Amino acid sequence: MITLNINKKTYNVDVDPNTPLLWVLRDTLGLVGTKYGCGIAQCGACTIHLDGNAVRSCVMPVSAVGSKKVTTIEGLSEKGEHPVQKAWLEHDVAQCGYCQSGQIMSVAVLLRENKAPTDADIDAAMSGNICRCGTYLRVRSAIHAAAELQRKKA
Amino acid sequence: MEQHTQGSILPVKTIAVLCGMVTVAVIMSFGFKEEIIADRHTRQGMEKDSAASVAAFMDVYKVLMSPRCMNCHPAGDVPLQGDDSHIHSMLPQRGKEGKGVYAMKCSNCHQKENLEGPNKPPGHPDWHLPPASAKMVFQGKTPEQLARQLVNPKTNGNKSLQQLIEHADDGLVKVGWNMGEGRTPPPISHAEFKKAWITWIENGAFAPKGK
Repeated sequence: MITLNINKKTYNVDVDPNTPLLWVLRDTLGLVGTKYGCGIAQCGACTIHLDGNAVRSCVMPVSAVGSKKVTTIEGLSEKGEHPVQKAWLEHDVAQCGYCQSGQIMSVAVLLRENKAPTDADIDAAMSGNICRCGTYLRVRSAIHAAAELQRKKA
Repeated sequence: MEQHTQGSILPVKTIAVLCGMVTVAVIMSFGFKEEIIADRHTRQGMEKDSAASVAAFMDVYKVLMSPRCMNCHPAGDVPLQGDDSHIHSMLPQRGKEGKGVYAMKCSNCHQKENLEGPNKPPGHPDWHLPPASAKMVFQGKTPEQLARQLVNPKTNGNKSLQQLIEHADDGLVKVGWNMGEGRTPPPISHAEFKKAWITWIENGAFAPKGK
Protein backbone atom coordinates (compact mmCIF):
# COMPACT_ATOMS: atom_id res chain seq x y z
CA MET A 1 0.00 0.00 0.00
CA ILE A 2 1.34 3.43 -0.94
CA THR A 3 0.19 6.62 0.76
CA LEU A 4 -0.08 9.74 -1.37
CA ASN A 5 -0.88 13.36 -0.59
CA ILE A 6 -2.82 14.69 -3.57
CA ASN A 7 -4.59 18.05 -3.66
CA LYS A 8 -4.39 18.23 0.14
CA LYS A 9 -6.08 14.86 0.61
CA THR A 10 -4.51 11.58 1.70
CA TYR A 11 -4.97 8.50 -0.48
CA ASN A 12 -3.85 4.91 0.08
CA VAL A 13 -3.34 3.02 -3.15
CA ASP A 14 -2.57 -0.63 -3.72
CA VAL A 15 -0.52 -0.52 -6.93
CA ASP A 16 2.78 -1.78 -8.31
CA PRO A 17 5.48 0.67 -7.08
CA ASN A 18 6.74 1.06 -10.66
CA THR A 19 3.38 2.32 -11.90
CA PRO A 20 3.71 5.83 -13.33
CA LEU A 21 2.00 8.41 -11.13
CA LEU A 22 -0.14 9.43 -14.12
CA TRP A 23 -1.90 6.07 -14.21
CA VAL A 24 -2.49 6.11 -10.47
CA LEU A 25 -4.06 9.56 -10.81
CA ARG A 26 -6.23 8.65 -13.78
CA ASP A 27 -7.04 4.95 -13.42
CA THR A 28 -6.85 4.35 -9.69
CA LEU A 29 -8.11 7.66 -8.33
CA GLY A 30 -10.21 8.96 -11.23
CA LEU A 31 -8.42 12.31 -11.42
CA VAL A 32 -8.60 12.46 -15.21
CA GLY A 33 -7.83 16.16 -15.68
CA THR A 34 -4.18 15.19 -16.15
CA LYS A 35 -3.71 13.78 -19.67
CA TYR A 36 -1.62 11.05 -21.27
CA GLY A 37 0.16 12.32 -24.37
CA CYS A 38 3.42 10.52 -25.14
CA GLY A 39 4.41 8.49 -22.08
CA ILE A 40 8.10 9.48 -22.41
CA ALA A 41 8.13 12.99 -20.91
CA GLN A 42 8.23 14.68 -24.28
CA CYS A 43 4.91 16.52 -24.62
CA GLY A 44 3.94 17.98 -21.23
CA ALA A 45 0.29 16.90 -21.22
CA CYS A 46 0.79 14.99 -17.96
CA THR A 47 2.42 17.87 -16.04
CA ILE A 48 1.50 18.02 -12.35
CA HIS A 49 3.16 19.73 -9.38
CA LEU A 50 5.29 17.77 -6.98
CA ASP A 51 6.18 20.00 -4.04
CA GLY A 52 5.64 22.88 -6.44
CA ASN A 53 7.81 21.60 -9.30
CA ALA A 54 6.27 20.94 -12.71
CA VAL A 55 6.91 17.22 -12.97
CA ARG A 56 5.99 14.86 -15.83
CA SER A 57 3.76 12.30 -14.15
CA CYS A 58 3.98 9.81 -17.03
CA VAL A 59 7.61 8.97 -16.19
CA MET A 60 7.50 9.30 -12.43
CA PRO A 61 7.13 5.96 -10.65
CA VAL A 62 4.54 6.30 -7.91
CA SER A 63 7.11 4.91 -5.45
CA ALA A 64 9.27 8.02 -6.04
CA VAL A 65 6.59 10.40 -4.79
CA GLY A 66 7.06 9.57 -1.12
CA SER A 67 5.76 12.29 1.20
CA LYS A 68 5.91 15.00 -1.41
CA LYS A 69 2.72 16.92 -2.12
CA VAL A 70 1.07 16.27 -5.47
CA THR A 71 -1.11 18.95 -7.04
CA THR A 72 -3.09 18.20 -10.18
CA ILE A 73 -5.20 20.54 -12.29
CA GLU A 74 -8.14 19.58 -10.07
CA GLY A 75 -6.31 20.98 -7.06
CA LEU A 76 -4.73 24.09 -8.56
CA SER A 77 -7.62 26.20 -7.21
CA GLU A 78 -10.93 25.41 -5.54
CA LYS A 79 -13.25 26.92 -8.13
CA GLY A 80 -11.07 27.63 -11.12
CA GLU A 81 -10.11 31.04 -9.81
CA HIS A 82 -6.36 30.72 -10.29
CA PRO A 83 -5.19 33.71 -12.40
CA VAL A 84 -3.95 31.35 -15.12
CA GLN A 85 -7.31 29.58 -15.33
CA LYS A 86 -9.13 32.92 -15.49
CA ALA A 87 -6.83 34.24 -18.22
CA TRP A 88 -7.22 30.98 -20.11
CA LEU A 89 -10.97 31.46 -20.29
CA GLU A 90 -10.74 35.17 -21.08
CA HIS A 91 -8.40 34.49 -23.98
CA ASP A 92 -10.28 31.41 -25.12
CA VAL A 93 -6.95 29.60 -25.32
CA ALA A 94 -8.12 26.02 -25.67
CA GLN A 95 -8.93 24.59 -29.06
CA CYS A 96 -9.20 20.83 -28.61
CA GLY A 97 -8.07 21.34 -25.01
CA TYR A 98 -6.09 18.14 -24.63
CA CYS A 99 -2.82 19.82 -23.63
CA GLN A 100 -4.39 22.56 -21.52
CA SER A 101 -4.11 21.08 -18.04
CA GLY A 102 -0.39 20.47 -18.60
CA GLN A 103 0.07 23.94 -20.06
CA ILE A 104 -1.70 25.58 -17.13
CA MET A 105 0.30 23.63 -14.55
CA SER A 106 3.55 24.72 -16.22
CA VAL A 107 2.42 28.36 -16.40
CA ALA A 108 1.54 28.32 -12.70
CA VAL A 109 5.18 27.46 -11.91
CA LEU A 110 6.48 30.11 -14.30
CA LEU A 111 4.35 32.85 -12.73
CA ARG A 112 5.24 31.80 -9.21
CA GLU A 113 8.93 32.24 -10.01
CA ASN A 114 8.65 35.18 -12.43
CA LYS A 115 5.91 37.73 -11.84
CA ALA A 116 6.45 39.57 -15.12
CA PRO A 117 7.80 37.15 -17.72
CA THR A 118 8.99 38.38 -21.11
CA ASP A 119 8.20 36.52 -24.32
CA ALA A 120 11.64 34.91 -24.05
CA ASP A 121 10.95 33.78 -20.48
CA ILE A 122 7.64 32.31 -21.63
CA ASP A 123 9.28 30.47 -24.52
CA ALA A 124 11.94 29.05 -22.18
CA ALA A 125 9.35 27.91 -19.65
CA MET A 126 6.80 26.54 -22.08
CA SER A 127 8.91 24.88 -24.77
CA GLY A 128 8.17 21.50 -23.21
CA ASN A 129 4.40 21.76 -23.55
CA ILE A 130 3.31 20.82 -27.01
CA CYS A 131 -0.03 21.91 -28.45
CA ARG A 132 -1.12 19.95 -31.52
CA CYS A 133 -3.66 22.68 -32.38
CA GLY A 134 -0.92 25.31 -32.41
CA THR A 135 -2.48 27.68 -29.90
CA TYR A 136 0.91 28.99 -28.87
CA LEU A 137 0.17 32.65 -29.56
CA ARG A 138 -2.98 32.51 -27.44
CA VAL A 139 -1.04 30.66 -24.74
CA ARG A 140 1.50 33.47 -24.71
CA SER A 141 -1.17 36.22 -24.58
CA ALA A 142 -2.95 34.46 -21.76
CA ILE A 143 0.27 34.14 -19.77
CA HIS A 144 0.84 37.90 -20.00
CA ALA A 145 -2.78 38.44 -18.95
CA ALA A 146 -2.44 35.99 -16.06
CA ALA A 147 0.70 37.78 -14.89
CA GLU A 148 -1.26 41.03 -14.93
CA LEU A 149 -4.14 39.46 -12.97
CA GLN A 150 -1.69 38.05 -10.47
CA ARG A 151 -0.05 41.46 -9.98
CA LYS A 152 -3.44 43.13 -9.42
CA LYS A 153 -4.39 40.44 -6.94
CA ALA A 154 -1.15 40.87 -4.98
CA MET B 1 81.78 68.20 6.83
CA GLU B 2 82.12 64.81 8.41
CA GLN B 3 78.45 64.80 9.09
CA HIS B 4 77.83 65.77 5.48
CA THR B 5 79.99 62.90 4.25
CA GLN B 6 78.25 60.43 6.52
CA GLY B 7 74.95 61.84 5.35
CA SER B 8 75.86 61.15 1.76
CA ILE B 9 77.10 57.64 2.50
CA LEU B 10 73.99 56.50 4.40
CA PRO B 11 71.62 56.76 1.43
CA VAL B 12 74.07 54.75 -0.65
CA LYS B 13 74.04 52.00 1.97
CA THR B 14 70.28 52.15 2.23
CA ILE B 15 69.92 51.92 -1.53
CA ALA B 16 72.33 49.00 -1.62
CA VAL B 17 70.37 47.19 1.09
CA LEU B 18 67.08 47.90 -0.65
CA CYS B 19 68.48 46.70 -3.96
CA GLY B 20 69.62 43.55 -2.27
CA MET B 21 66.21 43.00 -0.72
CA VAL B 22 64.45 43.61 -4.02
CA THR B 23 66.81 41.19 -5.75
CA VAL B 24 66.12 38.53 -3.14
CA ALA B 25 62.39 39.16 -3.41
CA VAL B 26 62.51 38.85 -7.21
CA ILE B 27 64.51 35.64 -7.00
CA MET B 28 62.12 34.26 -4.37
CA SER B 29 59.07 35.19 -6.41
CA PHE B 30 60.51 33.40 -9.43
CA GLY B 31 61.33 30.52 -7.19
CA PHE B 32 57.77 30.32 -5.87
CA LYS B 33 56.35 30.59 -9.38
CA GLU B 34 58.52 27.71 -10.48
CA GLU B 35 57.42 25.75 -7.42
CA ILE B 36 53.73 26.37 -8.14
CA ILE B 37 54.17 25.26 -11.71
CA ALA B 38 56.20 22.28 -10.56
CA ASP B 39 53.53 21.44 -8.03
CA ARG B 40 50.99 21.64 -10.81
CA HIS B 41 52.96 19.18 -12.86
CA THR B 42 53.99 16.70 -10.21
CA ARG B 43 52.23 14.87 -7.48
CA GLN B 44 53.67 13.04 -4.54
CA GLY B 45 57.17 13.34 -5.88
CA MET B 46 56.44 11.81 -9.25
CA GLU B 47 58.56 12.91 -12.16
CA LYS B 48 56.87 14.71 -14.98
CA ASP B 49 56.28 12.49 -17.99
CA SER B 50 54.74 14.60 -20.68
CA ALA B 51 54.53 11.72 -23.18
CA ALA B 52 52.63 9.47 -20.77
CA SER B 53 50.45 12.39 -19.73
CA VAL B 54 49.50 13.34 -23.28
CA ALA B 55 48.94 9.71 -24.30
CA ALA B 56 46.60 9.22 -21.35
CA PHE B 57 44.77 12.41 -22.14
CA MET B 58 43.94 11.21 -25.63
CA ASP B 59 41.98 8.35 -24.03
CA VAL B 60 40.34 10.82 -21.68
CA TYR B 61 39.47 13.04 -24.63
CA LYS B 62 37.70 10.21 -26.45
CA VAL B 63 35.48 9.69 -23.42
CA LEU B 64 34.75 13.36 -22.77
CA MET B 65 33.82 13.90 -26.41
CA SER B 66 31.52 10.88 -26.48
CA PRO B 67 27.80 11.76 -26.45
CA ARG B 68 27.41 10.44 -22.91
CA CYS B 69 29.68 13.21 -21.59
CA MET B 70 29.55 15.92 -24.26
CA ASN B 71 25.76 16.07 -24.45
CA CYS B 72 25.66 17.82 -21.10
CA HIS B 73 28.68 20.01 -21.89
CA PRO B 74 27.26 21.79 -24.96
CA ALA B 75 28.61 24.92 -26.61
CA GLY B 76 25.20 26.57 -26.27
CA ASP B 77 22.76 26.77 -23.38
CA VAL B 78 20.61 23.83 -24.45
CA PRO B 79 21.84 20.27 -23.79
CA LEU B 80 22.33 17.74 -26.55
CA GLN B 81 20.63 14.38 -26.83
CA GLY B 82 21.15 10.95 -28.33
CA ASP B 83 24.09 9.19 -29.94
CA ASP B 84 24.04 11.82 -32.72
CA SER B 85 24.18 14.67 -30.18
CA HIS B 86 21.23 16.54 -31.61
CA ILE B 87 19.76 19.50 -29.73
CA HIS B 88 17.65 18.23 -26.80
CA SER B 89 13.99 18.13 -27.74
CA MET B 90 11.83 20.65 -25.86
CA LEU B 91 14.83 23.00 -25.77
CA PRO B 92 15.41 22.99 -22.00
CA GLN B 93 17.60 25.94 -21.00
CA ARG B 94 20.70 25.73 -18.83
CA GLY B 95 19.54 28.35 -16.29
CA LYS B 96 21.80 30.03 -13.75
CA GLU B 97 22.59 26.88 -11.79
CA GLY B 98 22.54 24.48 -14.74
CA LYS B 99 19.35 22.85 -13.52
CA GLY B 100 16.88 24.32 -16.00
CA VAL B 101 14.32 27.09 -15.63
CA TYR B 102 10.74 27.45 -14.36
CA ALA B 103 8.64 24.51 -15.54
CA MET B 104 11.59 23.12 -17.50
CA LYS B 105 13.95 21.92 -14.82
CA CYS B 106 16.07 18.85 -15.54
CA SER B 107 14.64 16.92 -12.61
CA ASN B 108 11.07 17.40 -13.87
CA CYS B 109 11.75 14.56 -16.31
CA HIS B 110 15.06 13.03 -15.20
CA GLN B 111 14.20 10.89 -12.21
CA LYS B 112 16.57 9.65 -9.53
CA GLU B 113 17.18 6.47 -11.51
CA ASN B 114 16.99 5.37 -15.13
CA LEU B 115 13.56 4.50 -16.41
CA GLU B 116 12.91 1.19 -18.08
CA GLY B 117 12.62 1.14 -21.86
CA PRO B 118 14.61 2.48 -24.82
CA ASN B 119 15.45 6.17 -24.84
CA LYS B 120 13.46 6.98 -21.71
CA PRO B 121 14.99 9.83 -19.68
CA PRO B 122 18.13 8.63 -17.88
CA GLY B 123 18.23 9.36 -14.17
CA HIS B 124 20.35 10.65 -11.31
CA PRO B 125 19.31 12.55 -8.14
CA ASP B 126 21.33 15.60 -9.19
CA TRP B 127 20.89 15.77 -12.97
CA HIS B 128 22.25 19.08 -14.30
CA LEU B 129 24.46 20.91 -16.74
CA PRO B 130 27.45 22.97 -15.62
CA PRO B 131 26.24 26.30 -14.22
CA ALA B 132 26.11 29.51 -16.26
CA SER B 133 29.08 30.89 -14.32
CA ALA B 134 31.35 28.03 -15.50
CA LYS B 135 29.89 26.36 -18.57
CA MET B 136 32.77 23.88 -18.98
CA VAL B 137 32.07 23.43 -22.67
CA PHE B 138 33.37 20.21 -24.26
CA GLN B 139 31.57 20.47 -27.60
CA GLY B 140 33.90 21.67 -30.36
CA LYS B 141 37.05 21.72 -28.22
CA THR B 142 40.33 20.35 -29.51
CA PRO B 143 42.34 18.08 -27.18
CA GLU B 144 44.71 20.95 -26.39
CA GLN B 145 41.88 23.38 -25.66
CA LEU B 146 40.01 20.87 -23.52
CA ALA B 147 43.09 19.84 -21.52
CA ARG B 148 43.93 23.46 -20.76
CA GLN B 149 40.34 24.18 -19.80
CA LEU B 150 40.18 21.19 -17.47
CA VAL B 151 43.21 22.15 -15.38
CA ASN B 152 42.45 25.85 -15.14
CA PRO B 153 40.43 26.62 -11.96
CA LYS B 154 38.88 29.60 -13.75
CA THR B 155 37.33 27.30 -16.34
CA ASN B 156 36.91 24.02 -14.46
CA GLY B 157 34.57 25.12 -11.69
CA ASN B 158 37.44 26.13 -9.38
CA LYS B 159 38.74 22.59 -8.90
CA SER B 160 42.23 21.76 -7.70
CA LEU B 161 44.08 18.84 -9.26
CA GLN B 162 43.15 16.70 -6.27
CA GLN B 163 39.51 17.62 -6.70
CA LEU B 164 39.78 16.85 -10.40
CA ILE B 165 41.07 13.37 -9.59
CA GLU B 166 38.20 12.83 -7.16
CA HIS B 167 35.75 14.08 -9.80
CA ALA B 168 36.34 10.87 -11.78
CA ASP B 169 34.17 9.13 -9.17
CA ASP B 170 31.43 11.78 -9.15
CA GLY B 171 28.01 10.15 -9.33
CA LEU B 172 26.89 12.11 -12.37
CA VAL B 173 30.15 11.31 -14.19
CA LYS B 174 29.68 7.59 -13.52
CA VAL B 175 26.12 7.73 -14.82
CA GLY B 176 27.73 8.13 -18.26
CA TRP B 177 28.38 4.40 -18.16
CA ASN B 178 24.85 3.56 -17.08
CA MET B 179 22.59 5.66 -19.24
CA GLY B 180 19.80 3.23 -19.90
CA GLU B 181 18.60 1.39 -22.96
CA GLY B 182 19.27 2.87 -26.39
CA ARG B 183 22.43 4.82 -25.60
CA THR B 184 25.97 3.81 -26.59
CA PRO B 185 28.37 3.95 -23.61
CA PRO B 186 31.72 5.80 -23.80
CA PRO B 187 34.44 3.99 -25.81
CA ILE B 188 36.32 2.66 -22.75
CA SER B 189 35.15 1.44 -19.35
CA HIS B 190 34.91 3.73 -16.34
CA ALA B 191 37.87 1.93 -14.75
CA GLU B 192 39.99 2.51 -17.87
CA PHE B 193 38.85 6.12 -18.02
CA LYS B 194 39.71 6.73 -14.38
CA LYS B 195 43.15 5.20 -14.85
CA ALA B 196 43.83 7.40 -17.89
CA TRP B 197 42.43 10.47 -16.10
CA ILE B 198 44.72 10.00 -13.09
CA THR B 199 47.71 9.11 -15.27
CA TRP B 200 47.17 12.31 -17.23
CA ILE B 201 46.97 14.47 -14.10
CA GLU B 202 49.69 12.81 -12.05
CA ASN B 203 52.14 13.00 -14.91
CA GLY B 204 51.72 16.74 -15.20
CA ALA B 205 48.31 17.30 -16.82
CA PHE B 206 50.00 18.23 -20.08
CA ALA B 207 47.98 19.53 -22.99
CA PRO B 208 48.62 17.85 -26.36
CA LYS B 209 50.20 20.61 -28.45
CA GLY B 210 48.64 21.54 -31.75
CA LYS B 211 45.93 18.90 -31.50
